[in-house]
Amino acid sequence: MSIRHGLLALLERGQMYGYQLRAAFEESTGSTWPLNIGQVYTTLSRLERDGLVRSLPESEAGQRPYEITDTGRADLALWFATPISRTDRPRDELAIKLALALTTPGVDVRTVVQTQRSATMRALQELTRLKYASDRPEDLPWRLVLDAMVFQAEAEVRWLDHCEASLVRFRPARPGRVPTTPAEAVDRTDEEARR
Amino acid sequence: MTTGDGATGASPTTPVLDVRDVHRTHGTGAAAVHALRGVSLAVRAGELVAVMGPSGSGKSTLLALAGGLDGPTAGEVYVEGEPLGALDRRRLAQVRRRRIGYVFQDLNLLGSLSAVENVALPLELDGTGVRRARRLALDALAEVGLPELGDRFPDQLSGGQQQRVAIARALVGERRLVLADEPTGALDSQTGEAVLHLLRRRVDAGAAAVLVTHEARHAAWADRVVFLRDGVLVDTTAPLGSVEQLLSGSGR
Repeated sequence: MSIRHGLLALLERGQMYGYQLRAAFEESTGSTWPLNIGQVYTTLSRLERDGLVRSLPESEAGQRPYEITDTGRADLALWFATPISRTDRPRDELAIKLALALTTPGVDVRTVVQTQRSATMRALQELTRLKYASDRPEDLPWRLVLDAMVFQAEAEVRWLDHCEASLVRFRPARPGRVPTTPAEAVDRTDEEARR
Repeated sequence: MTTGDGATGASPTTPVLDVRDVHRTHGTGAAAVHALRGVSLAVRAGELVAVMGPSGSGKSTLLALAGGLDGPTAGEVYVEGEPLGALDRRRLAQVRRRRIGYVFQDLNLLGSLSAVENVALPLELDGTGVRRARRLALDALAEVGLPELGDRFPDQLSGGQQQRVAIARALVGERRLVLADEPTGALDSQTGEAVLHLLRRRVDAGAAAVLVTHEARHAAWADRVVFLRDGVLVDTTAPLGSVEQLLSGSGR
């Protein structure tokens, strides 16, 4: 998601100035996505340049409110109507890290899995505690944001469980023990047969 | 390990559940299966501990030992300072009925008894008068949000309602230790969450609880999550900060 569409959605409620937008944005994401005021103004000026919002005359207190334009409304409607593509999301560093751990000598993959699971589990505990603390009806939007993070963390733990189960069956070829010549392989077979 | 009479050992700082270096082996010789190999776990009042781990890691065995339903091959389990291994059968049964509440995946509600009778049963078995047991059972049903349904029979209740009755039965009276093995079983996610909410509330009110689960989302209700693998505790999550710290962003 972009901050752009977040701000457009907020302006659809009515005109607002920068600080109000920042407060409303943080409220609707439960402070999980902090914005600085500079980001808000940069985004507003781009939206204005593209004709999606329009700035109104400054108030006596020196605050300049913004309102959404019809073009902005159309853009917002399109955003709500379009599913978010999975390819828009960043690559999964954890998956790549584990894949590399598996093929890098000297790395104990089980420990990598366990360390990550413990950390993800702790994050999940924190999210759950925040959910438990916000059970008023007006907390619903924020709770749903928390739920999204809960489900993502949960999926990660499940995937780590899956990795661990797969590792039990995984026996990497140990360089020192793999026969490199047919003769060596025969020797080894003889040796094993003698035991 | 089993020295002292234990009964006078309970103080505010004594863990409600103290599992010390327990081993549990099934079978002998080459066929021996080591379900637990030296596990220690202390749970204090106001603390909910979740136990996670793959199938066969020893989770349910640990819970059975904690509840006195099974005995360790070595090591000792203390409930409120009392070593379960030193108790005779009558006394052990009394500790199980009075101090420990169990919630299992299989509800074990008796179909021929109404909800309130199911909840009152452990109290009556323990010698509480019928009237008083019924009153306490109704309180427990109200606590789990079923104040109106006490006279229904299990087959007249939904799965979620039956599980709430099972939880009321685990919480009724003065139980200080609640042991739950996959208590959300086949419940949908909303109902499952309500069950954990109840467990959490009871713990916040001063009980100690152990929750065995393979669902990370459920384990996340705990203050501490421990991981079992092949009968050994392999990890524990770090302690959590306060909600205020989490909201200020220092927690994440």
